[in-house]
Amino acid sequence: MTRRTFRLTRTGLAVGAAGAAVLLVATPAAADGPTPAPAEATLTKAGTSFLTAAAVHIDQPVRVSAATGEYLYWSFPAQAGQTSSIAATVTLADPATRSGASTWTIDVFDGLRRRQPCTAGMQAPVGSATDRQVQAGCVLRQVRAWAEPWSADPLPGTYYVRLSVTDLPEQDLGLPVQVELRVSADVSGDTSPEGGRLEAPLTPTVRQGAVLTSDAVAGDPAAAGQVSEESWWDGVVGWFSGWLPGLTSRWIWTVAGGVLAAVGGVVGFGLTRRPRPRTDPAAAG
Amino acid sequence: MIIRRTAQAVLIGLLGVIILPGTPPAGADETTENLRMQLVLDVSGSMREPDMNGQTRMAVAQRAFNEVVDAVPAGTDLGIRVLGATYPGDDKALGCQDTQQIVPVGPVDRDQAKAAIASLRPTGFTPIGLALREAAKDLGSGETARRIVLITDGEDTCAPPDPCDVARELAAQGTRLIVDTLGLTLDDKVRQQLVCIAGATGGTYTTAQSADQLADRINQLVDRAQDTYTQTPELVTGSTDCTAAPLLAAGVYTDRERFEEHRWYRVPIRADQELRASVSIALDRPVNRDYGILLRAVHPNGRELVRGTDAGSGRTDVLSTGLRWSAGPEDDRTDGTDQADGTDQADDTDRADDTDGTADLAGTPSAAVPTAAGVEPPPAEVCLVVSNSFAAAGAAGDAPGMPIELTVDLVAASPTPESPGLGRGWLLLIVLSLAGLVTGVLAGWLTRWWTTVWKES
Repeated sequence: MTRRTFRLTRTGLAVGAAGAAVLLVATPAAADGPTPAPAEATLTKAGTSFLTAAAVHIDQPVRVSAATGEYLYWSFPAQAGQTSSIAATVTLADPATRSGASTWTIDVFDGLRRRQPCTAGMQAPVGSATDRQVQAGCVLRQVRAWAEPWSADPLPGTYYVRLSVTDLPEQDLGLPVQVELRVSADVSGDTSPEGGRLEAPLTPTVRQGAVLTSDAVAGDPAAAGQVSEESWWDGVVGWFSGWLPGLTSRWIWTVAGGVLAAVGGVVGFGLTRRPRPRTDPAAAG
Repeated sequence: MIIRRTAQAVLIGLLGVIILPGTPPAGADETTENLRMQLVLDVSGSMREPDMNGQTRMAVAQRAFNEVVDAVPAGTDLGIRVLGATYPGDDKALGCQDTQQIVPVGPVDRDQAKAAIASLRPTGFTPIGLALREAAKDLGSGETARRIVLITDGEDTCAPPDPCDVARELAAQGTRLIVDTLGLTLDDKVRQQLVCIAGATGGTYTTAQSADQLADRINQLVDRAQDTYTQTPELVTGSTDCTAAPLLAAGVYTDRERFEEHRWYRVPIRADQELRASVSIALDRPVNRDYGILLRAVHPNGRELVRGTDAGSGRTDVLSTGLRWSAGPEDDRTDGTDQADGTDQADDTDRADDTDGTADLAGTPSAAVPTAAGVEPPPAEVCLVVSNSFAAAGAAGDAPGMPIELTVDLVAASPTPESPGLGRGWLLLIVLSLAGLVTGVLAGWLTRWWTTVWKES
């Protein structure tokens, strides 16, 4: 009896140790994603186009002065499993100088400039003629690790936020406004439900293009794209990454399931064990 | 036990290496050219109005310019041009030629610039269109974006040409030119004209009611330009069909497209690569309320591979869409080619030409010829076609076309995943536990039965 208890305890210890090992390794990997910058200095810039979008970190405060009618662009990174939310506050010009209501809109695009829907939040709030402030918000869909090229699912990479006034009395254009913005993120759940992985994040190129001649293409295979030189180590890693799923919570669940199955097996076996008389020393004697 | 745990940790560590986090966009290549920028100041008679907290508009502009000249960062070539500064008469023909560059575009000599600013007296007409043309000439052509900041208190008194048309024409000339405008009055006509000029070049319009506002805004524009002027796309001209379309490598391109025009481009691609393309079309003129854009990736044989589309209505700066495409694993590319082959002759000759022409050009004759097994080899190049459904509102015609920005990228293809192979969730734990329990019970019974049999024999 005591011996059995001891065995079970040992099994439990093994489970705990294995789980701890998994968690210890998993924790830093999860932590370095959504909050990269420790010192969050306020960003006082905004871009005016996709190419010039100002990069913001997650949770970095943004505060810029702008003119009513400007299109303000920011970009932020998102990883698989991340649900990003954007909150913006526009402090409008003095109501005395304004003549009517204005609609402010947050548009979000992925790295391929594809429009992303908001699942929650006031995406296009209307500020009345007397309002001093307008609050806009948008919660995006959870980023997936992989999606078919034909789908419009959100993928890891760069996301663009565009804040602009989309409807207003024409004479209110050009008036000064203050814009505050913050992008926050929450990484939770299964980051890779399909088990797939995007080879390269949707991070757009910003370098100047080059028009190729047909000779250049025929003669130079590198012209068709960057040629990646693989070392043997990359090969090994590539083989493992192709064969094994990445470090996801599925490992913990599966390992835990295996351990529980083993425990269940031992318990089930124990249930069918012949009771006392056999092992009782008195009966034996 | 410890060994096993270590082995597990190593395995998991190895897996951790494989995970790639999302990265922010990479910066553009460095350029040696300085930022080139020109301030264009209206010095027409109306600048005498003392309506800015008791000061004249001219005095406010002069003070703001002095602050800007003091704050110009190193590495900026700043010039100043004035209009309506010298001719006091009534002859429109002469007054409308009145524009001079008082500080040449180059590293700023602060004393000289301030002296030139101080000598300005509000005088003549407002030839904005001419001043913009001259300012664009001053800035010259080059690889980086040029910026003009136009500060005025009055509408153009010399039209035609309409300064808005002039701005659109200048923006279409090759060198990227952005005109930001600053209005010193709240007058309706001035605002409409300045909004139009800014919109035609992708610039911004702001009103300024004090010297501080004016100086802050100009400084902000200089800062912004400093950050971003190097990111200029390559000029390209798309063709009307795929055969003659320009071949594009990865990068950013710009082109012009008229209303309902189709522009074709080609991108060479390997079977293991994924094509990523995005396109933005800028609304640089008044258009009807509803509009759309369509970007399609097309196989050289005419089959559409994937499309990206977006539509919208109302006020916006650009309309964008994008697409991804990769050939996928070989067994996904079967079927369809035999039938396509059969109908090829019935199709218009255009399409057949496409196939032949592109196959020759790419040096891979097999690109469009299906193999005997019916497996279609991946195309050596993919055609991209950009089309739009904009319609002109008002007087603005469709020439020059609306600016397009096209981004092409080629990256490693992401293969379709197998099923994950690992499980997740409470149901999994329950099923595994029950399976373990049942197996244990069965094993126990078997052992007992076997023991009994062994004992009895």
